[in-house]
Amino acid sequence: MRGATHAKWAALATAVALAATACGGGDSGGGGGGADGIVSSSWGDPQNPLEPANTNEVQGGKVLSMIFRGLKQYDPKTGEAKDMLAEKIETTDSMNFTITVKNGWTFSNGEKVTAKSFVDAWNYGASLKNNQKNSYFFGYIEGYDKVHPDKGQPTAETMSGLKVTGDQTFTVKLTQKFSTFPDTLGYAAFSPLPQSFYSDHAGWLSKPVGNGPYTIDSYSKGSQMALKKWDAYPGPDKAQNGGITLKVYTDNNTAYTDLTAGNLDLVDDIPASQLKNVSADLGDRYINTPAGIIQTLSFPFYDPAWNKPGQEKLRTGLSMAINRDQITQTIFQKTRTPAQDWTSPVLGEAGGFKDICGDACKYNPTEAKKLVAEGGGIPGGTMTISYNADTGSHKEWVDAVCNSINNALGNNKACVGNPIGTFADFRSQVSTQKMKGPFRAGWQMDYPLIQNFLQPLYYTNASSNDGKYSNPKFDKLVDQANAETDAPKAVGIFQQAEEVLKGDMGAIPLWYQNGSAGYSDRVENVSLNPFSVPVYDQIKVK
Amino acid sequence: MGRYVIRRLLQMIPVFFGATLLIFLMVNVMGDPIAGLCGDRACDPATAAQLEKEFGLDKPVWQQYLTYMGNVFTGDFGTAFNGQPVTELMANAFPVTIRLTIVAILFEIVIGITLGVVTGLKRGHPVDTSVLLLTLVVLSVPTFVTGLLLQLLLGVEWGWIKPAVSPDAPFSELIVPGLVLASVSLAYVTRLTRTSIAENKRADYVRTAVAKGLPRRRVVTRHLLRNSLIPVVTFIGADVGALMGGAIVTERIFNIHGVGFQLYQGIVRQNTQTVVGFVTILVLVFLLANLLVDLLYAVLDPRIRYA
Repeated sequence: MRGATHAKWAALATAVALAATACGGGDSGGGGGGADGIVSSSWGDPQNPLEPANTNEVQGGKVLSMIFRGLKQYDPKTGEAKDMLAEKIETTDSMNFTITVKNGWTFSNGEKVTAKSFVDAWNYGASLKNNQKNSYFFGYIEGYDKVHPDKGQPTAETMSGLKVTGDQTFTVKLTQKFSTFPDTLGYAAFSPLPQSFYSDHAGWLSKPVGNGPYTIDSYSKGSQMALKKWDAYPGPDKAQNGGITLKVYTDNNTAYTDLTAGNLDLVDDIPASQLKNVSADLGDRYINTPAGIIQTLSFPFYDPAWNKPGQEKLRTGLSMAINRDQITQTIFQKTRTPAQDWTSPVLGEAGGFKDICGDACKYNPTEAKKLVAEGGGIPGGTMTISYNADTGSHKEWVDAVCNSINNALGNNKACVGNPIGTFADFRSQVSTQKMKGPFRAGWQMDYPLIQNFLQPLYYTNASSNDGKYSNPKFDKLVDQANAETDAPKAVGIFQQAEEVLKGDMGAIPLWYQNGSAGYSDRVENVSLNPFSVPVYDQIKVK
Repeated sequence: MGRYVIRRLLQMIPVFFGATLLIFLMVNVMGDPIAGLCGDRACDPATAAQLEKEFGLDKPVWQQYLTYMGNVFTGDFGTAFNGQPVTELMANAFPVTIRLTIVAILFEIVIGITLGVVTGLKRGHPVDTSVLLLTLVVLSVPTFVTGLLLQLLLGVEWGWIKPAVSPDAPFSELIVPGLVLASVSLAYVTRLTRTSIAENKRADYVRTAVAKGLPRRRVVTRHLLRNSLIPVVTFIGADVGALMGGAIVTERIFNIHGVGFQLYQGIVRQNTQTVVGFVTILVLVFLLANLLVDLLYAVLDPRIRYA
């Protein structure tokens, strides 16, 4: 009976193994979209907790765009900032603003939206204690440096620049003149928050409550979120469908396959490898529209080798050595548009989009070679273009850009790609000034204003000025433009600043990124807004 | 026997510490994870410092490791960057992957061993040759090719299955992914069983059994197969661990929210807590599976004794 004893011990060990591995649990929430006008849409697991001032990427942004409405709302087509909850925003000096909140708005739990809902939310977003990644948005408000000091502990709980003056009115005092400040208020970080956000924070996070056209029906983290139309929504942009089910996909290729198999209604991220087949698979159910994203090559101005007088010719030469047309067509299948300036076409001409770069952004190998030589040549004879290799298929285009430069200069060693393993490591090296040559930079606008494409990126020591570009003339013009109350004039001054940037070629504009999406034949009226987020509330189910 | 099991369990302790330390250091070498949290822009330094403090990243590595291990023993595996406790991620991911592994192992055992026995007994027969050829094809085609191909054919062209598995991942939806995951191992199991059977077929005890006049069926199952299974069991046991952690490709293709997917996401986001937590559990699974295999030897072959 030896065998039997052995079997007993084996069974015991099996039990131990099972106990150790089976951590129990299991998740709820079944089924996808289908009946009752529900639209199913692809999703990715949001990187940060779903707080308005803590969400800085598109996956969390999708949810916020459905469950929140702010003082302003950007028109999905033109990107223009229109009043939503704002009755009026008044100022006489571009520094002190009086904001009146419309009556009749409530959160989906019935709580009234008042001036306090905004002021408390903004103070929460700004406070260092709450670790909100978008807190710099409140940086223009007076008292921000007290609640969010660069070093040490905060010395105040709330910002002195925010005062509730009535049930529906509050005043904002800024530290500097900023005439287009009201237009920034459509950004999700400026959303109002209900009291339950503070009183039961964990509960709120597991099922966020807002004031937008949808309410969250169920949310199983990491896999699925079901949103339902909020019937009592008081705003003008009521949902045109019964609800949206966001499904997390492990891979955008799988989501695309699911769409072609008819199990999913909307994919808002067509994988690069499928771009060739997309018109055959989807026909006119494929959207490819400009989004407020620009890709550039930045330079390490902190490195003495890359910061010599006369090198603007080198940088302009490099810009002219890049064949943007060919790369956007062959590698990106026209989901990128060759850049003509440092902003984005979504701004429109009135917003400041203009062909400022001109010939300096056109492919011209002979001129490029001449300019690079006049600019002292590439420092050290060889330069690297750094990029992160883990996401976004950057390798292909960086290699193509290098090829283009090498061909134009007639030197096979002029440019090579420098892959960095992960995005986090890449960003860490970029933000600690470790770059030894040009590096890829991408900018997704926060709000559709020319200011947002210039000031955070090229103003001396600005928050996202990773290359440490600096030109006093540029800074002065930006300050002037911010103080200008007349919008068209302000745009004109920003464009002058952009001319200064062009003279220095402070960064090489590469291309504007489009948003791409595909949808099933069950739904119609699908579009992407300038932030490349689908306009969910307008989707109709056939 | 009991003493042997206890000794083996005790041996797991140093392996466990060594493995977690190695993984901890490896993830740490990858660099600063906070920088990746703010998209294509720099985190504002005050918030970054605050976050580092919250995740304990401002302390020296050895101290981080000690704190982490201390927490693990109280059942706290830390928090992922999106605010979810890692234990919650595990509670969602492991049942799914265990189901997938069970499906895959069943395929290996049922199909792999059956094919192995058939071909082993009929060596040189056309059946043997064609199965051998088939296993060669399966072995040489990478998993992601098989996976994408089956997904396209069965899911999109013929519509037999849903190309993406739902978050609940019931057994019925895991059959095709399980087959894909098992395919390569299945081929190995077939070949291992075949060789082993073919070898033992000529062993003295088989001849004795036949000479005793035992029915052929009993000779094959009780005498031949039981003795031939030892290398196969070794392989399948080690494969349990490999399948659970190595399903990254299959899980991504078929949208399975299991361990592989969580690990992948943890690595891409450089989330030390997620990666170390999941790998720690996987190390334990691997160790226990190995122990189980060693104990099964004694069941299969009475000549093997553990004292």
